[in-house]
Amino acid sequence: MSLIGEDGKREDGRALDELRPIKIEVGVLHNADGSAYVEWGKNKVLAAVYGPKEMYNKYLQDPTGAVVQVNYNMAAFSVDDRVRPGPSRRSIEISKIIGEALERVIMREDFPRASIDVFIEVLEASAGTRCAGLTAASVAVADAGIPMRDLVASCAAGKADGHIILDLGKGEDNLGQADLPVGYVPGTGEITLLQMDGHMTREEFDSALKLAIGACEEIHDIQKRALKHRYAIHKGGEGQ
Amino acid sequence: MRKTILPTIEDEHIRYLAFEKKRLDDRKPDEYRALEYEVNPIGAAEGSARVKLGKTDLLVGVKLNAGTPYPDKPDEGVLMTGCELKQMAHPSFEGGPPSQEAVEIARVADRGIRESNMIDTKDLCITPGEEVWMLFIDIQVIDFDGNVIDAATLGALLALHNATVPAGRFGKGEDHKLKVNGWPVAVTLVKVNNQLLFDPTAMEESAAEARLTVSTDENNDIRAVQKGLSGAFTYSEVGEAVDTAARLSQELRKKVMGE
Repeated sequence: MSLIGEDGKREDGRALDELRPIKIEVGVLHNADGSAYVEWGKNKVLAAVYGPKEMYNKYLQDPTGAVVQVNYNMAAFSVDDRVRPGPSRRSIEISKIIGEALERVIMREDFPRASIDVFIEVLEASAGTRCAGLTAASVAVADAGIPMRDLVASCAAGKADGHIILDLGKGEDNLGQADLPVGYVPGTGEITLLQMDGHMTREEFDSALKLAIGACEEIHDIQKRALKHRYAIHKGGEGQ
Repeated sequence: MRKTILPTIEDEHIRYLAFEKKRLDDRKPDEYRALEYEVNPIGAAEGSARVKLGKTDLLVGVKLNAGTPYPDKPDEGVLMTGCELKQMAHPSFEGGPPSQEAVEIARVADRGIRESNMIDTKDLCITPGEEVWMLFIDIQVIDFDGNVIDAATLGALLALHNATVPAGRFGKGEDHKLKVNGWPVAVTLVKVNNQLLFDPTAMEESAAEARLTVSTDENNDIRAVQKGLSGAFTYSEVGEAVDTAARLSQELRKKVMGE
């Protein structure tokens, strides 16, 4: 099966360096201290933040700052084959790296011994859920009013049919040659999430990394716009 | 896993040394510790290796069982990698189900091996749709001094290259050598005080802001990457890390490839 057509277009009609449509909504849950909902192509991802609050598990406390505990979960009905509820090795790893990617921008030092709990629920999955999850979680932390240095934006690049492509779709993720998810902090130019699997030369790796970083800048704008929209004073003088 | 918090004096000393491009054990930033290994120390395993990287000491065992394939891949065997950070190995390790750290180590080691196509899962098929070999790679850390990912990957390479498929025991013909292609090597570094330190010790890992593992093949192509810990890397640091990792992986590969 060919993933890239002769016209240079991909299976869903996108150009090689084109993102899927991304929509971010802020403050979508009423119990959580902060929340966000991201639609990214066919991905539907919710993120909720509770805290900072006392870390109940005493030995997990960090006297130098808050610990960010992420729970990434895929809903049972989120993909073709039912996902068995409960943590998998994949979800444990993704939770860990998303937490670490967020810790960099959260001013943890303001809340020693506290815990900031982030829940990411993938309602529908179609490749790129860890990037959508990190993008959503970052906005949800901001919505919770937790002091941050910047937002982390996240996007994957990769390789399919020998081409370097941005934001892999489902077919490209399954049949492509490489996947490179990146979490990026535009304000400081820092990479806080980086993974890769597949097969790329050094040069291909470099162009994919650059492509993903460029897209993160774009996603960062969407994140900021969503937050401004939530808290802007609209006509009539009321917050929406 | 309990987080190891270094006494401030040690943490500051490691950071100060890193700034001077020095390390506690006098290594250069890109220098590996001594590597020792033993092939097939465990007779009951289909393949095994014991690896010592400095004071980190671990065992890797390969076991094969006949089992049923996944419905979506009826003609492919199954490759699974597990890691246990045994309580005997370090005071911060705890009993119970694998910690986040252990899961991450297993998945990063697995990714380097899987993505390099070192094992062709189609070779592990016995009868399509009915029976395949389930190949388990189990990593047991018995003494911990950092950089488990690299030591475990080297151990897995040695164990796989010296593994036998126990066909006789399962009534599937004669025992034969496991078919294995290539030597994908993982190279791990940490960032301490803006300096990249390769093959970190446990203390360097505790003092580190961020960690990066790069798995490369014989052609220096990249097969897997994983960033860990809550710090960050800049774009140019990633480039420097990937280049140095490719060079160091060649040296490590030479040390084990004779086997």
